[in-house]
Amino acid sequence: MADIPAEVDVAIVGAGPAGLAAATELCRLRAGRVLVVEREAEAGGVPRFCGHSPYGMREFGRPMLGPGYARALVARAEAAGAQIATGVTVTALRDGPRLTVTSDAGTGEVAARLVLLTTGIRETTRAGRMIGGTKPGGVLTTGGLQGLVYGAGLRPFRRPVILGTELVAFSAILTCRHAGIRPAAMVEPGARITARHPAGLLPRLLGLPLHLGTDLAAIEGRERVEAVVLRSGGAERRLEADGVIVTGRFRPEATLSREGGLTYDPATGGPEVDEYGRTSDPAIFAAGNLLRPVETAGWCWGEGRAVAGAMAVALAGALPPPAVRRVARTGAIAWVVPQRIAGGCSPALDTLQMRAARAASGRLSLSVDGHEAAARALRALPERRMLLPLPAGTGSPEVRLEAAP
Amino acid sequence: MTSESAVPRGPFDVAIVGGGVVGCALARRFALAGASVVLMEKAVDILDGASKGNSAILHTGFDAPPGSLEAACIAEGYRDYDEIHARLGLPLIRSGALVVAWTDAQEAALPSLMEKARANGVSDVAPLTRAETLALEPHLAPTLRASFRVPREGLIDPWSAPLAYLTQAMAHGAEVLRGCAVTGGARAGDLWRLDTTLGEVSARLVINAAGLYGDLLDEALIGRRDFTIRPRKGQFVVYDKPAAALAGHILLPVPTAITKGIVVCRTAWGNLLVGPTAEEQEDRANAPLDHATLDALRAKGEEILPALAEHDVTAVYAGLRPATEEKDYRIAVHEAGSYVTVGGIRSTGLSAALGIASHVLRLAQEAGHGWQAPNEVAWPRMRNISIAAPRDHESAGNGGIVCHCEQVTRREIEAALSAPLPARSLSGLKRRTRVTMGRCQGFHCSGPLARMTAGAFDLPMAGNG
Ligand SMILES: Cc1cc2nc3c(=O)[nH]c(=O)nc-3n(C[C@H](O)[C@H](O)[C@H](O)COP(=O)(O)OP(=O)(O)OC[C@H]3O[C@@H](n4cnc5c(N)ncnc54)[C@H](O)[C@@H]3O)c2cc1C
Ligand SMILES: Cc1cc2nc3c(=O)[nH]c(=O)nc-3n(C[C@H](O)[C@H](O)[C@H](O)COP(=O)(O)OP(=O)(O)OC[C@H]3O[C@@H](n4cnc5c(N)ncnc54)[C@H](O)[C@@H]3O)c2cc1C
Repeated sequence: MADIPAEVDVAIVGAGPAGLAAATELCRLRAGRVLVVEREAEAGGVPRFCGHSPYGMREFGRPMLGPGYARALVARAEAAGAQIATGVTVTALRDGPRLTVTSDAGTGEVAARLVLLTTGIRETTRAGRMIGGTKPGGVLTTGGLQGLVYGAGLRPFRRPVILGTELVAFSAILTCRHAGIRPAAMVEPGARITARHPAGLLPRLLGLPLHLGTDLAAIEGRERVEAVVLRSGGAERRLEADGVIVTGRFRPEATLSREGGLTYDPATGGPEVDEYGRTSDPAIFAAGNLLRPVETAGWCWGEGRAVAGAMAVALAGALPPPAVRRVARTGAIAWVVPQRIAGGCSPALDTLQMRAARAASGRLSLSVDGHEAAARALRALPERRMLLPLPAGTGSPEVRLEAAP
Repeated sequence: MTSESAVPRGPFDVAIVGGGVVGCALARRFALAGASVVLMEKAVDILDGASKGNSAILHTGFDAPPGSLEAACIAEGYRDYDEIHARLGLPLIRSGALVVAWTDAQEAALPSLMEKARANGVSDVAPLTRAETLALEPHLAPTLRASFRVPREGLIDPWSAPLAYLTQAMAHGAEVLRGCAVTGGARAGDLWRLDTTLGEVSARLVINAAGLYGDLLDEALIGRRDFTIRPRKGQFVVYDKPAAALAGHILLPVPTAITKGIVVCRTAWGNLLVGPTAEEQEDRANAPLDHATLDALRAKGEEILPALAEHDVTAVYAGLRPATEEKDYRIAVHEAGSYVTVGGIRSTGLSAALGIASHVLRLAQEAGHGWQAPNEVAWPRMRNISIAAPRDHESAGNGGIVCHCEQVTRREIEAALSAPLPARSLSGLKRRTRVTMGRCQGFHCSGPLARMTAGAFDLPMAGNG
């Protein structure tokens, strides 16, 4: 593993927007030798294959397409002095911290003073959703579809059904349009479109039939998808289609951190962190979508940069000691990040971020030791981020979402 | 060695119909005995029937009916696998199994099950109290009553093993015809002439290893059947690799008359599976999954290992057992010793295959067949894709990882596309390498994989099944 240093000050796992922002910032803060390890042949993360979306407003002050945005982030990190090693996979996190890495050159090890995990997310697959039926070819996630369309120039099907209505499903629609694929229908188990305005208008604009309150009960076909079975209100019907795009229900790509023994939060699906992005191992930090499903690239970028700032402080030995003040949650709150509060100054994650488990109108509040510290009325939707100030002091914080009667 | 598209010739000494694990083991056994062998498989690749989806446990046969042919074949199959696996580069993860009782009635049944195990020659079973069981497997639900341990039950790779058997047969001259369905045939003199979708194939001895179609093939070739296949579906859920830390042993329930019950165990690839169900169905070709059943399996898994609730399901699949109206295997010699039916290899065929093959060789020899065994035996080695040994990505020149979830390298994929029996479909490539079978199911690798396999498959890659 000739071109990978055996020892660095900071090793970053994953060269998506969060990892690249962190690398740039650490170099700017003169944090020493910074190495970004990326398993794909090309750095840039998920935006590399999003040939359509508005990226870059926050980072570059202008709207950009995914691939150009990814290249710009890579160029910035390299110009700042970070080393980006592509085609290198981190297979294990060990005490030290040390990373076991593997590449065409075989396996090796990198020792670092601090490690940052920015391994991103993946979509829940057909298997994870436990969809019934046969297992023909032509069942893809949005990421898989984009890899085939933008990455390999293929058209895997012509009349697929799209499952899910999170923002990413609209990414799937646009990818289909790019490849000349005409989806047969969009299917959503919930009663309403998950994504916010204006993406939700897209199906109607494109004349794409939208089936709300409908489950995709089964897939039919032996070699290729031939039809899907839709179930709504107890009734089933068959819809001809030659593919299925299973979108959204993102899960953090947390296997590495979980196998590495970092405390895992089943609510987010990622490692637990404090307001400095510090995991249960004080030498290992995390940022970006690994922290929770799912945020925009701009948000992840900002998070990577902020956590990098905390890491520079940690390298100087000036971060407050880790604490175990946990943020409790009640009511319809699906998860909260950070999960723990150390209670020092200049936090990297300077708000409590939450999502609602379901659509609800109600009151969101933060209390510390039973005393309300902040509250507001809101209309919560599962894809809408909810924010509250970080709790001050040393008491026990609790966030609560109460649905209005 | 192979000439899959050429019009097949003959006469061969032995024609095997069916490329499941049983057919592959038979091809190996007869080729090593010196016979000229042809194996015909109707699908584009081997392992397309019952052998496509199973629990991948190498059974000791501790719970087989004592004195049955099945018990004998499992015992011999286990011994043979243990003896040859290392030379073929095949894994054997000696996890051991625990048979766990959850109710009074089940606890009361444990002593007789241990007695049965001893009657089957599995004499190293040992009873464990509740506390001893929990000390061995701390993640088990504490409501368990007691268990006993079967130390030699193990985990293997259900696809590399038959592929290795067949590759070894090919190294001894066996021919493999894929996409070759046997549709009929007749015996004239001492030669069978088989009609196949690739032309006529002639052989002196025909072995029916057609699995889920065994009864139909008997009817087509010898005009009668001694049994009827009643496909019995088994559905599974598979958890992501971190879940494998929750169970060291194979966790077996107390079996019932119909089924071994829902098992929780690791896989040779470091995942954890829960299954199978036992559902009778008519269809021999498709094993559709059912959402409610998979949900129930998940719930069952969490009953046994409560911590599973915090783990992700990353794959689901189903297999079909070639069950018949009887429990035991249906192996019989017909047509003056020129035809052997190897049918009803229901739920233990992966473990028993090598034993079945030796049993059938002896039957053939008793019927008067005999060949000159080769002086030297070739031992082609499989590429290890299990957690039992270092993986390909750990050594230099691997071309980099293409499938990140299962850590499959470019070199492994290229090898599988150019092996003596190359993958000709995405499913075949998956079984040889595990590519796309991990948690992302192709989220990351579909694009690069489609480029790498362009032109290699009968059916080009549209994505992931
Ligand atoms: C289909 C799709 C469409 C989207 N559209 C938009 C949009 O229009 N606008 C928007 O703002 N956001 C969009 N997003 C979200 C946006 O892309 C993500 O928020 C952003 O990429 C997250 O950045 P990240 O750095 O956290 O992770 P990622 O971009 O996912 O990067 C993680 C990186 O880590 C690497 N990695 C993982 N594990 C390892 C390992 N073990 N070793 C080495 N490397 C590893 C991965 O290869 C990857 O490159 C979309 C996401 C998807 C999936
Ligand atoms: C859910 C489940 C769990 C199991 N778990 C285990 C386990 O843990 N351990 C264990 O030891 N066993 C297990 N088994 C059992 C094992 O999988 C089977 O016993 C074994 O696969 C049977 O193999 P076979 O070769 O007899 O049949 P098959 O695999 O069905 O092979 C027959 C082949 O013949 C081909 N064929 C059929 N007709 C024709 C024709 N006319 N011309 C050409 N080709 C033809 C078919 O395409 C097929 O490939 C399990 C089975 C199931 C279903």
